[in-house]
Amino acid sequence: MWAAVLLGSAGCYLLKLAGLSVPRRILASPRVRRVAEILPIALLSALIALQTLSTGMRLGVDARAAGVAAALLAVLARAPFLVVVGVAVLTTALIRLAH
Amino acid sequence: MLPEPDADWPRARSAVLRDAIAIGAATGAYALSFGAVATATGLSVLQTCVLSLVMFTGASQYALVGVLGAGGGGLTAAATAVLLGSRNALYGLRLSSLLQLRGLHRPLAAHLVIDESTAMSLGHESDRANRLGFWATGASVYVLWNVGTLIGALGTQALPSPRAVGLDAAAPAAFLALLAPRVRGRAAVTVAVAAALVATACVPLLPVGGPVLVVAMLAIVIGAARRTSSEVR
Repeated sequence: MWAAVLLGSAGCYLLKLAGLSVPRRILASPRVRRVAEILPIALLSALIALQTLSTGMRLGVDARAAGVAAALLAVLARAPFLVVVGVAVLTTALIRLAH
Repeated sequence: MLPEPDADWPRARSAVLRDAIAIGAATGAYALSFGAVATATGLSVLQTCVLSLVMFTGASQYALVGVLGAGGGGLTAAATAVLLGSRNALYGLRLSSLLQLRGLHRPLAAHLVIDESTAMSLGHESDRANRLGFWATGASVYVLWNVGTLIGALGTQALPSPRAVGLDAAAPAAFLALLAPRVRGRAAVTVAVAAALVATACVPLLPVGGPVLVVAMLAIVIGAARRTSSEVR
């Protein structure tokens, strides 16, 4: 775990530093810009699907899915960040409690 | 004309500082959930705090913890976090001409390049206010993000079982809240839906962490290729 923490941290910092240091025209290339725009969207969306529906290499729908669905409603209602997370946690906990 | 912006400066400055503290408080509040999720995943309090102190970019921190929590390897977790952090490089590009950094200010400023500080470096009346927006927001978020992380991390240690209280739903919900403001327009919706489908389809086929990397590769290839076709126009 320490390896992940330290490698990930170093990588993230170097990216920040690169942005401030690299000559403008390299990062300003439309191609790089376009990738940097869609990469976070694709990754966040993939992570949501994976962490809601997968356990290891298995797919399945459990209490988490209901929690994330409730969070989606909160997002659509423009609830603040903490409320969105709180709604998901509470819904998931209540469903597990009921079983 | 010249003295005028300076006459307004005290007022502009306090407005920027007020916003910076408000944003710091809000992000500090969601650091509570990061701290809780990270320790619930099995990271120690120290590892959790090191992430907030050194990585200091929320989505990447959640991603790293999420991949580890799902049983993914350390390298995959780190790679996912770094890929998500790639947007900070673009922010830096935009910021470097505004901030006019010299010497040690550059590595220091780099550490504070995040969504919030970048957003607060835009849209003020003067460059001076924009620069203050960056530094003040960066500093305020840094302090309160780390305080929130520590409290959240210590808080979960008191809990019986993180899963029983539904904490495994916290990370995907947090991603959802981070994703929502980015999904504007048909293209972004298509990217989001396609990424979720591809990732889900890959789950039974690849080891944990693999699906995320497949999606990342596809996003890079498609993003780069799409530009070539529109450059022709």
